[in-house]
Amino acid sequence: MDKLLMYLSRPFVQYALIVGVLIALCSSLLGVTLVLKRFSFIGDGLSHVAFGAMAIAAVLELSDNMLLVMPVTVLCAVLLLKTGQHTQIKGDAAIAMISVGALAFGYLIMNVSSTSSNVSGDVCSTLFGSTSILTLTDAEVVVCILLSIVVVVIFVLFYNRIFAVTFDEDFAKACGTRAGLYNMVVAVITAVIIVLAMNLVGSLLISALVIFPALSAMRLFKSFKAVTISSAVLSVISALAGLIVSLLAGTPVGSTIVAMDALVFFICFVIGKCTGGKRA
Amino acid sequence: MELIRAINLSLGYDSHNIIEDLNFVVNEGDYLCIVGENGAGKSTLMKTMLGLHPASGGEIRFTGLSSNEIGYLPQQTLVQRDFPASVYEIVLSGCQAHMGRRPFYGKNEKQQALDNMEKLGLSELANRCYRELSGGQQQRVLLARALCATKKLLVLDEPVAGLDPKVTLEMYELIGKLNKEGLTVIQITHDISAAFRYASHILHIGSRIFFGSREEYTESEEGRYFLGRGGEQNG
Repeated sequence: MDKLLMYLSRPFVQYALIVGVLIALCSSLLGVTLVLKRFSFIGDGLSHVAFGAMAIAAVLELSDNMLLVMPVTVLCAVLLLKTGQHTQIKGDAAIAMISVGALAFGYLIMNVSSTSSNVSGDVCSTLFGSTSILTLTDAEVVVCILLSIVVVVIFVLFYNRIFAVTFDEDFAKACGTRAGLYNMVVAVITAVIIVLAMNLVGSLLISALVIFPALSAMRLFKSFKAVTISSAVLSVISALAGLIVSLLAGTPVGSTIVAMDALVFFICFVIGKCTGGKRA
Repeated sequence: MELIRAINLSLGYDSHNIIEDLNFVVNEGDYLCIVGENGAGKSTLMKTMLGLHPASGGEIRFTGLSSNEIGYLPQQTLVQRDFPASVYEIVLSGCQAHMGRRPFYGKNEKQQALDNMEKLGLSELANRCYRELSGGQQQRVLLARALCATKKLLVLDEPVAGLDPKVTLEMYELIGKLNKEGLTVIQITHDISAAFRYASHILHIGSRIFFGSREEYTESEEGRYFLGRGGEQNG
């Protein structure tokens, strides 16, 4: 306990907790929509795109690699979500293709023109998350807070529209709702969150942040509002618990958080089975 | 009063027309059934009326009807089968048609949703989860949502697909009742005998196009051919 309090008084730990909670909150909000739209794997796909873009940025020796990573990821998100339905390559295949392709090219580029001596170490930390969440600068924390606020505000403002478009896109369009616009909004926010979340859990485990809270919440609740709210709560709890455990036990941050998410899902699954899902 | 007029309308995908030179009129209070074989273009025609798919030629003219005054009952999608949403949330989402840029529902919208649920006997189910309802109840939820979107025109795409005979009959009675109360109804159906029982007008599309009142359809060649088969499903 003393050890925990000592950690909590350090600013770098406070930063990590703030960023972790915010990212968990944002990713879980969108998770519900993405899971229901059958886009569970978009998190995975986009994070690999971000990984590939990071590799290119590293080779080009850009001072701020966000300048390249963010636009590329946003572009891919828009393309993937926009063309999900009436294209020659269907949604899941398109995601798988881009995901694996970007991963391969990223690793290839890093290897061929290696700028650092420890390529496999670099790759491993980008994929599974590194300790970089514990070495955040003031500026990174501020950017993360601002972007999170923007994401939450947009989500709340568009909540009813997002619900309508997720549930029934054709009906929403027939009503004059600009479904394309809201799909675009969801795509852009997803990309932003994924780029942010790479710091936290690394690109291989991002899908977990998006999927687990939504699925856990769906075991327990049956209205869209309740599922959305509880998914956010569960996600924040898992992220906090995961961060604290990893600090105390010295385990990797990303995988500890994901393990917590999985544990919460298991508990929710059991509760859901026991209550027979009778709750509204 | 005239609501919709199609003038020399052509429909199709990728420069290949499946319907050409289609002309019909829908007046206020009509009950139009659109019948025809699979692939004849019924759904495409409906999507064009809703503005979801562009016409490849000719035009559809709306009089006194803006695009957000159409209540649409689509066929169920795969996504909806396990969707966690309460009946009330779904019905309420129909009100978005006339919210403009307002992000949240106001008192009027909420009351309208409650009224329409009452009308279709859904009040008891308000907090139930959509995916736990029976097929007939789900269709009534989607119909209530469509009623929230319109006071003039209902567009129904195979409203009884997958329902058992008893529930099918109830659904038709319900739609018939709404029509008598003044709503204009356009319905796509496979079930020509039911179409014939409730419709005021029939639009038959396929290799031959027929449009006219129910009585005229009985006299026409197309009508005699299909009705002559004793109202079995036309294939």
